[in-house]
Amino acid sequence: MPHPVPTHVPLFVHTQPDTPIAFSRGVTIDAHRYLADVRALADRLPDTPDVLNACGDRYSFAVGLGAALVRGQRTLLPANHAPATLDRLAREHPGLHALTDTLGPEMALPCIGVACDGDPKATPFDVPAIPRERVAAVLFTSGSTGEPVPTAKSWGALVTSGRSEAAALELGALPRLAILGTVPPQHSYGLESTVLLPLQNGFALDAGRPFFPADVCAALAALPRPRMLVTTPVHLRALCASDEVLPGADLVLSATAPLAPQLAAEAEQRFHAPVKEIYGCSEAGQLATRRLLGSAQWRLMRDVSLRQDDLGTWASGGHVPGNILLADVIELVDRQHFILHGRTADLVNIAGKRTSLAHLDLQLNTIDGVQDGAFLMPDEDCERVVRPMAFAVAPGRTAREILAALRQRIDPAFLPRPLHLVAALPRNATGKVPREALLALAARLRTHRAPS
Amino acid sequence: MTTATAQTADESKLAALIVEALNLELTPQEVDPGAPLYRDGLGLDSIDILEIALVISKTYGVQLKADDADNVRIFGSLRSLNEHLQQHRTK
Repeated sequence: MPHPVPTHVPLFVHTQPDTPIAFSRGVTIDAHRYLADVRALADRLPDTPDVLNACGDRYSFAVGLGAALVRGQRTLLPANHAPATLDRLAREHPGLHALTDTLGPEMALPCIGVACDGDPKATPFDVPAIPRERVAAVLFTSGSTGEPVPTAKSWGALVTSGRSEAAALELGALPRLAILGTVPPQHSYGLESTVLLPLQNGFALDAGRPFFPADVCAALAALPRPRMLVTTPVHLRALCASDEVLPGADLVLSATAPLAPQLAAEAEQRFHAPVKEIYGCSEAGQLATRRLLGSAQWRLMRDVSLRQDDLGTWASGGHVPGNILLADVIELVDRQHFILHGRTADLVNIAGKRTSLAHLDLQLNTIDGVQDGAFLMPDEDCERVVRPMAFAVAPGRTAREILAALRQRIDPAFLPRPLHLVAALPRNATGKVPREALLALAARLRTHRAPS
Repeated sequence: MTTATAQTADESKLAALIVEALNLELTPQEVDPGAPLYRDGLGLDSIDILEIALVISKTYGVQLKADDADNVRIFGSLRSLNEHLQQHRTK
């Protein structure tokens, strides 16, 4: 018999008011102060069903998330803050307002500043219990039709995910772990590993989001041990390639794309820490972990299972909401282990930002003056991030104009590099544009353009 | 392509480094020294900036930091980035 599941789960599990829950520019913020900040902001939130949390500071983000939960409001987390995205959300969610701080982007929505000015002395230390079934966050991903598809995460699913992650990464041996992230808390990986993981395991998050290698090293070195770096292959490669002396860590976590074995080995050596990876997607959440130096196989997280049919591989169980079809090619080894063989043909993944070629094609072909157009994702390269390129038939329009129009519609990471204006696309007899034909066209154009 | 204003010798060297590091499909001479590197100019994003930071530290010995200076200004153009590097270079 399964254990009865409590209907409510606390916002955080730090049992002592003076336990650190965050570090912000050298200042230690304890659990009591966090609770006071959450209560103060919750009192100021207008009475609307949704908020958009655009805070750049990770502690402010966590305060905003907590305040929305306390008020029973859903936190919307769009994949980007492009004007078109915000316009759509504002239309679909009347009264929507954005939580911002000084570090967040400027928003074309009514804004509420997250002040973090609560008074612990005036706030009793009673941690709010949130209903498990309450929708805590709504993440948006690009569906194959081009419309952003919302994925609702219940508070119970987020909590289970945060606790399962700690078990999968064997963090029990690292009490009061300090967590530094180079990824934004608005995406599923950052939300799970830099916000839920600390809140639901008694750990502490660093409020910053360092970018350059020198910044990451300084921020990590400033944290007490044990400490963990939550990052991506892109950042790890930059860190390992830099001449910085990398500070010691107790764990380095990477996600968004699989690590190359040599990079994983070098990172373990430079940080004097195990390097572990997480596999997942926005729709299903995190699903599996591995330590590449031990085994290339992925191990599923607690209660998560995979099954396969003609459509592909489905994830379910644990914190996964329902049955989710995965966009990767997977080989099952046994009930708990699998091998990842890369993405399915239509999926585009640039440093963890996902979209589909179908979506990109649709956006290109709906630009005024574009008669025909297609995106191409070149083959993967271990050494650098590979970008999509695109081909457009658009007499009278310049590449610059089309790029400007695309910039309004898609995340900058997916902007074609380059965009080729061509007389016609290499369509075959059935009207399709085969990938091989586009690769050949790209090769011809490259030869043509090469400086003499 | 708009006509680029003339690059100095140092700017040409930096433009060549950037074009090589990012695998951009243009010649270094096509980089307008006054145009923004981000978005509307070369259309670079944060992944590119990280890549540029790497080659800059190798070539000029300059470690870029988010909080030590005005990065928006430094990355405002090839010209401003080059000025920053020439002032702070150790190699």
